[in-house]
Amino acid sequence: MNELLQGIAFLGGLSLVLAIVLVVANRKLSVYEDPRIEQVTDLLPGANCGACGMPGCRAFAEQVVAGKLQPGQCPVGGPETAITVADFLGIDAGSTERYVARLLCAGGCDVAVQIAEYDGYPSCRAAAAVTGGFKGCVFGCLGLADCEDVCDFDAITMMENGLPLVDADACTACGDCVRICPKGLFELIPISQHLIVQCKSLLAGDEAIELCAVACTGCGICAADAPEGLIEIINNLAVIDPDKRQLETEIATYRCPTGAITWIDKQQFADVTTRTQTVAR
Amino acid sequence: MEATPTVRKTFAHGIHPPDFKEETRSKPIRRFPFAPVMIVPLSQHIGKPAKPVVAEGQEVERGQLIAEPDGFVSVAMHAPASGIIRKIGLAPHQSGRMVESIFLQPFPASGQQVDPGTPCEVETASPKEIITAIQHAGIVGLGGAAFPTHVKLSIPEDKRIDTLIINGVECEPYLTTDHRVMLEQTGDIFTGIRYVLKATGAKRAIIGIEANKPDAALKLRRSIPEEMPVNVELVKVKYPQGAEKMLITALLGREVPSGGLPADVHVVVINVATAAEIGRLLPRGRGIIERVITITGPAISKKGNYLIPIGTPLRYALDQAGLHEDVSEVVLGGPMMGQAVSSLDIPITKGTSGIVAFTSAETNHRPEKIYPCIHCAYCVDACPLFLNPSRLGILAKQGEYERMAAEYHLMDCFECGSCSWVCPSNIPLVQYFRIAKGIIREKKAQS
Repeated sequence: MNELLQGIAFLGGLSLVLAIVLVVANRKLSVYEDPRIEQVTDLLPGANCGACGMPGCRAFAEQVVAGKLQPGQCPVGGPETAITVADFLGIDAGSTERYVARLLCAGGCDVAVQIAEYDGYPSCRAAAAVTGGFKGCVFGCLGLADCEDVCDFDAITMMENGLPLVDADACTACGDCVRICPKGLFELIPISQHLIVQCKSLLAGDEAIELCAVACTGCGICAADAPEGLIEIINNLAVIDPDKRQLETEIATYRCPTGAITWIDKQQFADVTTRTQTVAR
Repeated sequence: MEATPTVRKTFAHGIHPPDFKEETRSKPIRRFPFAPVMIVPLSQHIGKPAKPVVAEGQEVERGQLIAEPDGFVSVAMHAPASGIIRKIGLAPHQSGRMVESIFLQPFPASGQQVDPGTPCEVETASPKEIITAIQHAGIVGLGGAAFPTHVKLSIPEDKRIDTLIINGVECEPYLTTDHRVMLEQTGDIFTGIRYVLKATGAKRAIIGIEANKPDAALKLRRSIPEEMPVNVELVKVKYPQGAEKMLITALLGREVPSGGLPADVHVVVINVATAAEIGRLLPRGRGIIERVITITGPAISKKGNYLIPIGTPLRYALDQAGLHEDVSEVVLGGPMMGQAVSSLDIPITKGTSGIVAFTSAETNHRPEKIYPCIHCAYCVDACPLFLNPSRLGILAKQGEYERMAAEYHLMDCFECGSCSWVCPSNIPLVQYFRIAKGIIREKKAQS
């Protein structure tokens, strides 16, 4: 009986001491965290893709609550999420312009010259290391699907002509494809922008056309037809000034000899009917 | 000075690929005619492209300065032939980018002679002047990496150099340029060593030669000038013995620290052909306009070692050497570290040490399927830097590039390809590492 009481007393005493330690620790060492961070995190898509520049959704939420970033800077969530978060916090959503990744190359294997056969490791980055790859145009898409592999949102599928097709609905503009492409062919462009130059070739005139039938030759017709200042020819390539986007007009595409400058409603390569899923490697 | 030959010296790990050097090792260096149009890229070296000092339509003489260095990590370019500058514009380049290049059309009767410039005498010039002269002679590492030699020889204030190593190993299969240079330009090599010893302040020089070139070692050993502190040492035949870190380990037993340079262990390594160029060009005040290149491989009928003007298009060089009809792959450099080319319109540059052409017979039976890693650790035993290619390969497959660099020393890899060579599963390890290194470099450049 005595042993039993001793045991109860000892354990009870120990529990009391530990409980006091825990209470003191809780009082002294607790870190206050804004409860809104947790709630904002729950409102975000939770993709942890890093497209906002933060390591993950929670870090983004911390920055938003701290007022350092705006809800609209989460490209994955889109306007709805931005407005929800902004309403919740009672702040301005910021710019909620939706961006999509656009491929600035239309030189599929049907129109671009192939000068060599590549039988190495099937990756654009590996192929590009072998003197630029197997295409005549060293600026063009190699079509070995590094972007398809890296896309977390299954927004990229390879078409029959070897070019990647970005699904404008599924694309969240996370920027992974922009970073992986060894030729730097992807660009995040506002979905409301219709005028796009689908070429990166710095070659001029016949030199460019010899290698790809849809290359921008730098002829400057589009720049002449478009409102002043919208398009500029830099290094034999038509470049659209993003600040003058509101001036854009379809007229700029009418006289393009190669079709390098195009007018996109929403989906790039919408006229390509033979979309097929690539076979898994 | 005549040391007893020891062939024991080497490094741990490495591989033994067949060397295929028989067919060209005894072929003397021969001159090449001028191509109808030469393309001299302004960026043939690591660093900033050179700045052209000629205009379109201008007539230039062979050896005339056509582009001057733009900044410290940049070298000069000289006209490879007398002719007219046709165009300055973009041209395809070995790197896979379009590079600003000077298109030179040689005169039909363009001669081989070069007018002498202002010489840089080894007795009177200061180390600084020698280094500047090397930069203005346009000399880069001729072993293949094309790193500007004057940058390598500019030793930081806090470093001290005691030994200069001249790299005459040439461990790449097929290539015999350094071998021929050692036999035929022996005097130039020693003159070059004299310049480099003065520029770096090193007390002695060691010429390291792989044991499969005993004739070159003998010739060099016999020609060492009286008062020169030079040693000729044979090293074991093993790949990649010619990598500078491996050669330092073999000859001196010193290990270059991870992420460090040979200067950290008081050594400078330069290629034997680079030394020969320094010795040939500086006393005459000229610039580098041609280099020795081995053109070989099963698809070449006139295999040999040629002195080729820089800027000669690859297609022209191959035609001169007799290219077979069924050629299927052309590699610039050796087959281990060299690169296959996709276009024959690219020019030969200062960094081109060899051209190896294969027929479909050699390239067809290449295994295609990549099997999973079976953790046999052959690659671990092959890696000369004691990295873990197996683990690195798995991480690369998962895209864990940062971990590869931070935890597994990826950036120390110099892409010798030994791991891919031994892998029984055909895993393209060195390709993975190249991709990973590229991505990490891009990330670093952004941040």
